[in-house]
Amino acid sequence: MIPMSHYLIVSSIMFFVGVYGFIARKNLLAVLISIELILNSVEINFSVFNRYLYPDHLEGMFFSLFGIAISAAETAVAIAIIINIYRVAGNIDVRHIDKLKH
Amino acid sequence: MDFSGFLMMPSELGLLAIFVFLLAFDILAAETRAMRWFRPVAIALMTVQMVWGFFPAPEGTAFGEMYVSSPLTSMMKSILNIGTLVVMLQAGEWLRRPENSIREGEFYVITLATLLGMYIMVSAGNFMMLYLGIEIASLPVACLAAYNKYKEHSAEAGAKYILMTALSSGIMMFGLSYLYGAMGTMYFSDMNAAVAAEPMTVLGFVFFFSGLGFKISLVPFHSWAPDVYQGAPTATTAYLSVVSKAAAVFALVLVLHHVFGALAVLWHWMLWGLSVLTIVVGNLFAIRQRDIKRFFAYSSISQAGYILLGVLHGSSAGLTATLYFVFVYLFSNLAAFGVIAAVENQSGRTDIASYKGLYKSNPRLALVMMLAVFSLAGIPPLGGFFSKFFIFAAAAQGGDYLFVLIALINTVVSLYYYLRIIRAMFIDAPGADAVSSFRTDPYNSVSLVLCTTGILVVGVVSWFYNFIAQATF
Repeated sequence: MIPMSHYLIVSSIMFFVGVYGFIARKNLLAVLISIELILNSVEINFSVFNRYLYPDHLEGMFFSLFGIAISAAETAVAIAIIINIYRVAGNIDVRHIDKLKH
Repeated sequence: MDFSGFLMMPSELGLLAIFVFLLAFDILAAETRAMRWFRPVAIALMTVQMVWGFFPAPEGTAFGEMYVSSPLTSMMKSILNIGTLVVMLQAGEWLRRPENSIREGEFYVITLATLLGMYIMVSAGNFMMLYLGIEIASLPVACLAAYNKYKEHSAEAGAKYILMTALSSGIMMFGLSYLYGAMGTMYFSDMNAAVAAEPMTVLGFVFFFSGLGFKISLVPFHSWAPDVYQGAPTATTAYLSVVSKAAAVFALVLVLHHVFGALAVLWHWMLWGLSVLTIVVGNLFAIRQRDIKRFFAYSSISQAGYILLGVLHGSSAGLTATLYFVFVYLFSNLAAFGVIAAVENQSGRTDIASYKGLYKSNPRLALVMMLAVFSLAGIPPLGGFFSKFFIFAAAAQGGDYLFVLIALINTVVSLYYYLRIIRAMFIDAPGADAVSSFRTDPYNSVSLVLCTTGILVVGVVSWFYNFIAQATF
């Protein structure tokens, strides 16, 4: 059986790749994908902790399920707003979304 | 299945009923003459809900401790109710404008949905409920921020809000996953028994706290607030800066006391540093703002620092002072935003320069703004003075004189920038494009009267403080 730490290393890498992408990516959709990476790393964490450490309850699995549902809702709202930005501003480049005073 | 748990949550059910009714009303009556009645009906129902919230709710837990109800939670919900009602009163005039009128109902429905999320946040007895509540309370607010869909500013504010809120909830969930890994449970009561200063718990707690810090706009996590507050429609800004923030503060207070009480040694200094930073940075940046909504964004950031000061000591007096501070802050800030909304509807401008000579053209609005700003700054006979006084007293009781000193110095600094608005309204000569004299929308006038009464009465009448004190633990 694969040791638990392997999963945790993968999920931590995913989390920080997501944070990096959130900061570095210039396209709003890529930023959104980075957020999905973060949320998925969390879901891996919950499932792994549940499976390896506390197999007699399902709390972690439930949290993952709810997390997936919420992240879908989040994506829906975010994409609606990004489409609206595209309609109003003509592009979805982060560098151009700076009309509000710094 | 046992449905008796629902009897424990009368205020949630009432709100849900109003939500469903208004949604159906909005869908069925769309583009008919019946929509004229939408605003009065929505506001009447919200008033009923607010009054209904003052009646004592059943105490105890439901659904296996997922849901907790106590006098403290119903007090917090009542404060949120009042804030939401005032925001709904203020939003009406802006929603009636031709470009928004077709979407008028959505604003009320979405606002009520977020309020339901805040109820769940406050009443959560499990981190999964807390997380769901936070998401229900913050995702729809992004729609409200992007509500002016033909304005680029509004779209930009919506995008910034949804991305930052998604990032912050991701960070918070990452923290929660480590807390779950360390303790094997998500229930507040079980975690309270299991919590210990292990590395994994501390790591989880720091991530969790950072996520929640975004919602309260504490300083290292505040960067979204000024942009979103400036770009979003004024009613949304008022909602974000008061109701959303209050709900996040309440959730933080409850989690710190119910779950991480044993780690107080650790979080005390973390919170201490963050509140000092929040007060100082919020104040310094507020000085150089020209846009009034952005100005109030920084002012509300620094107010969040004062709120945290009460949380810091974990004493009953500190908790009462925190709730009382939020209660007074609600009236002061919403009074200011009511005036901003009225002026913006008339002139379409939000820069501080457009307030020049407001006293000459609209003396009553200028007086309300003056009271609000003085209350935020903490000038004696007004509510803001007493709320700051109780916060400082609670901190001094805890022996934290250094912090009281820093906070007092910052109160003086804040007086400087608050007086800039007073100067613009009362002393500066009106420019060529000054706001002309106008009549405020009657609903907004009601909200302004309500807020002004709150500012004047809550401080002087000690009944409010005692009422809050007997609900806290």
